[in-house]
Amino acid sequence: MATLKSDIISTVEFNHSGELLATGDKGGRVVIFQQEQENKIQSHSRGEYNVYSTFQSHEPEFDYLKSLEIEEKINKIRWLPQKNAAQFLLSTNDKTIKLWKISERDKRPEGYNLKEEDGRYRDPTTVTTLRVPVFRPMDLMVEASPRRIFANAHTYHINSISINSDYETYLSADDLRINLWHLEITDRSFNIVDIKPANMEELTEVITAAEFHPNSCNTFVYSSSKGTIRLCDMRASALCDRHSKLFEEPEDPSNRSFFSEIISSISDVKFSHSGRYMMTRDYLSVKIWDLNMENRPVETYQVHEYLRSKLCSLYENDCIFDKFECCWNGSDSVVMTGSYNNFFRMFDRNTKRDITLEASRENNKPRTVLKPRKVCASGKRKKDEISVDSLDFNKKILHTAWHPKENIIAVATTNNLYIFQDKVN
Amino acid sequence: MSQKQEEENPAEETGEEKQDTQEKEGILPEKAEEAKLKAKYPSLGQKPGGSDFLMKRLQKGQKYFDSGDYNMAKAKMKNKQLPSAGPDKNLVTGDHIPTPQDLPQRKSSLVTSKLAGGQVE
Repeated sequence: MATLKSDIISTVEFNHSGELLATGDKGGRVVIFQQEQENKIQSHSRGEYNVYSTFQSHEPEFDYLKSLEIEEKINKIRWLPQKNAAQFLLSTNDKTIKLWKISERDKRPEGYNLKEEDGRYRDPTTVTTLRVPVFRPMDLMVEASPRRIFANAHTYHINSISINSDYETYLSADDLRINLWHLEITDRSFNIVDIKPANMEELTEVITAAEFHPNSCNTFVYSSSKGTIRLCDMRASALCDRHSKLFEEPEDPSNRSFFSEIISSISDVKFSHSGRYMMTRDYLSVKIWDLNMENRPVETYQVHEYLRSKLCSLYENDCIFDKFECCWNGSDSVVMTGSYNNFFRMFDRNTKRDITLEASRENNKPRTVLKPRKVCASGKRKKDEISVDSLDFNKKILHTAWHPKENIIAVATTNNLYIFQDKVN
Repeated sequence: MSQKQEEENPAEETGEEKQDTQEKEGILPEKAEEAKLKAKYPSLGQKPGGSDFLMKRLQKGQKYFDSGDYNMAKAKMKNKQLPSAGPDKNLVTGDHIPTPQDLPQRKSSLVTSKLAGGQVE
């Protein structure tokens, strides 16, 4: 069956409680799943996720002034913490960020005096008695409505949005600039980082990801295509072009190759829940950085080192430019990221053990335990191992998410979403 | 929805050992791959980065044609079979109105310049 381009999942995000899971796709749609309330009798499994709401967030647009086609693909979704009965999320495509309100309606008023139940107005002369309308239960309806549209602030393509711990502001980052917004104000934003050189010929790096610190509302980081991360403090100055900290791992110049810079480009940066560490993903590895130490990461995990001897063909088929994301588990003890062939990897920071698993329907029936996979880099291939040459590079897992509290993960293959949980004994 | 067991199998080597040996061996494969690439595309520049490469990335989605014509073409020429544009797609004369279908697909990667090898540093 052919894959519809519009079905390609482009982002996955749990909300703060983990009860809701949102996905965005290339067709500009958002689908939200909700975890079933736990069945206390069936203690062997946590609730399943079922579709809760789906809506069209962004439409394709054309910028006539620049002759630029604006894709409707949802690049990122970020949830706001819940303040009242409704849920709020920010979704963004390349140019425009939208604040969506998702609310439930499970009652409706009935018994109007001047209206029939179907909405038609009654002839007032036929009204002989008065009654008080009452709310009666109805089938649950989940409505999504756009509450704010934050547009026209980005010349380049938005790659990240991040909500501040003050829950009032958020940042949006494109290739060269980062803007600070207030959630209530759509007609202006503050530019806080601008790395555009006066002469574009001097352009050497672009911003690849940005995130606010989970606890310090004045601190954010942004990563670059050259493998560096800059931490900025908004109290230092209005324009944070000068970083407070620069995280960069020194490279042995004799090891440098044509590919060095490309594979060092950071595709994702995520703070730990504690705020003490941050994790970066480059093409071949995941690195954990202690915010107190700028000169090298404290931990490095190889995701698929066997690809180093395939870089030539990966450059030719553009896979070397794939942007993988990474995520922490709720306790910051395990990190996860995707790979090719629908494989995804998990690294336990405490035990130093790692595991490779596969997200596919063919190899896994529901409710069975996933079998660990292994890739054979060279030489004799053992039974059950997969050789590097038989990996399917079209089956890439770029987006993964981990429930904030439980061991439930969401893994997106090209156009399918898999939700896994660990065995509850 | 499936269930899984976490971190079942211990790694074959310890994490650190693996990294050391791989780093020593890892350098050679990367250089070998670079040699392969240079052999295929001899006019490839030394640095893959640089402003040309990044500019292509920044200009993703750009279509080089008049946007007024875009709308006209969409409205009037839905059913007409359009003559395909000549080799130089930016130079259009006569009654041929360029439409998105005529234009080469713009990719954010360096596909065209890798193969054409015409980039001068």
